[in-house]
Amino acid sequence: MKGEQGVRDRACIVGIGETAYVRRPGSGMSALGLQLQAAVRAIEDAGLDRARIDGLMPFPNLGSAEAFAANLGCENLRFAATIHMGGAAPVASLQAAATAVIAGIASYVLIPAGWNGYSGARARQTVAADAASMPGGEIARDYYLPYGLTAPPQWYALMARRHMHEYGTRPEQLGAIAVAMRKHAQRNPRAVMHGRPLSLEDYLASPMLADPYRLFDCCLETDGAAAALVTTAERARDLDKKPVTIMATACGQPYPADEITNRKDIFRTGLSIAAPEAFARAGIGAADVDFAEIYDCFTFEVLQQIEEAGFCKRGEGGAFVEGGRIELGGELPVNTHGGLLSEAHVLGMNHIVEAVRQLRGDAGERQVEKAEIGVVTGWGDFGDGSIAVLRR
Amino acid sequence: MGTAGPLPELQGFAKDFYAWCKRGELRFQRCSDCGAWRHVPREMCAECGSWRWEWSRSSGRGSLFTWTVVVRAMHPAFEAKVPFAPAVIEMEEGVRLVSQVVDCPPEELEIGMPVEVVFDDVTAEIALPKFRVARSRARRSTEEGGG
Repeated sequence: MKGEQGVRDRACIVGIGETAYVRRPGSGMSALGLQLQAAVRAIEDAGLDRARIDGLMPFPNLGSAEAFAANLGCENLRFAATIHMGGAAPVASLQAAATAVIAGIASYVLIPAGWNGYSGARARQTVAADAASMPGGEIARDYYLPYGLTAPPQWYALMARRHMHEYGTRPEQLGAIAVAMRKHAQRNPRAVMHGRPLSLEDYLASPMLADPYRLFDCCLETDGAAAALVTTAERARDLDKKPVTIMATACGQPYPADEITNRKDIFRTGLSIAAPEAFARAGIGAADVDFAEIYDCFTFEVLQQIEEAGFCKRGEGGAFVEGGRIELGGELPVNTHGGLLSEAHVLGMNHIVEAVRQLRGDAGERQVEKAEIGVVTGWGDFGDGSIAVLRR
Repeated sequence: MGTAGPLPELQGFAKDFYAWCKRGELRFQRCSDCGAWRHVPREMCAECGSWRWEWSRSSGRGSLFTWTVVVRAMHPAFEAKVPFAPAVIEMEEGVRLVSQVVDCPPEELEIGMPVEVVFDDVTAEIALPKFRVARSRARRSTEEGGG
């Protein structure tokens, strides 16, 4: 890996912003309006003028760079790109934004993401409603949907069952993940599930949706948006907030990425490739990580990413997530904000925001003590992966 | 004929794949140069790079690789059908496909269970390949059950 240092320490996250995260009665704003609100807060957080933004990386299908620029007053947009990796896009965009600012192609790149996932079209309906909404969508339309395999929890339940078969992973272990995320949400007033604790018994009693996935294995559907702002380490020194440094990034895809059943090794997903690269580029090991914000569309995906990222060996994820190890105060606190499972489904952008907050030391009663290095992952479509290693 | 829910679009390779199914034959692409089977259909062989291939007939036999039980439908067309079990079948040729096992209640499914193809005529134009528990096994379990 020598000589392949990637973005190593040369770019920073200098601004973060969020809207309120809500379900009933909905945000009352358009998806673009929500994202603009988060974007403006991220720009103000950095202490910049909006006109200085010259790079934009919108989430797939959730607004054009042109529309963002026209609203924000970005008269000198020089870099616009969208990474088509579903929920892996925000972290993958961190990598592309860092690359762009390091290369001097842009100076300040804004990454927004958000939607009306509750009051608008629900997350569960995306692919069934529009085959063009994701890579592999036409394959799903022609070969999956006719059999009633129509929504993400059903796709990934296939993998979860196989893992249970091969490694003896148990429902109580998936439950431990749901319970940990919910505990963290009790320390986060912004979380949709704040004030609504969950026990393992509650989890096991929740209705089955797509066996082995119960209701509480599944992420929330919420309205809300978040944004992050990236610039070079050099420029970051002149801004208001203490910058969070992007130590390393990596992205990967399973093979084949557009079809979920014909993989020689069905647990080899994008993160299996990306995580070792990111740790090598950062010059650290998994044991050096103080906390991880892991894309938690469903509980098993957390367990699987913990394994594939190398926090434990494959097959040991079930035991790893038990006993409070992934809770605040444990060996590797995971999703300290509550995640998509218990804070809100903001497409993983809220994971980046939370990591920055932790590394700034601004996480309040859920602050990870002496947090120096944090990891954020993204998971999208049929298992695309992205990872960023960040430090204070 | 069953009630048609979402259906494949009959164009390109999918048109040919389902046309064979309508004739009662499960066929997958097979590389004419290196012999590799593939599914879903692709333009070229990712193994050897060949553009030459043919629709080659599958034995129709396979085993259950994994499944889920849909208890709450997330698409209106399937609301009246729950619970049902979308399954992944691994064929003898090595390719896998999404389908369903038609003659086995979800709670009796087992990974590795041998299955064989049947065709479900869902419309005048489209038959979906589905699977039943392989006859040799069904006979054996009947005998055991009767013993």
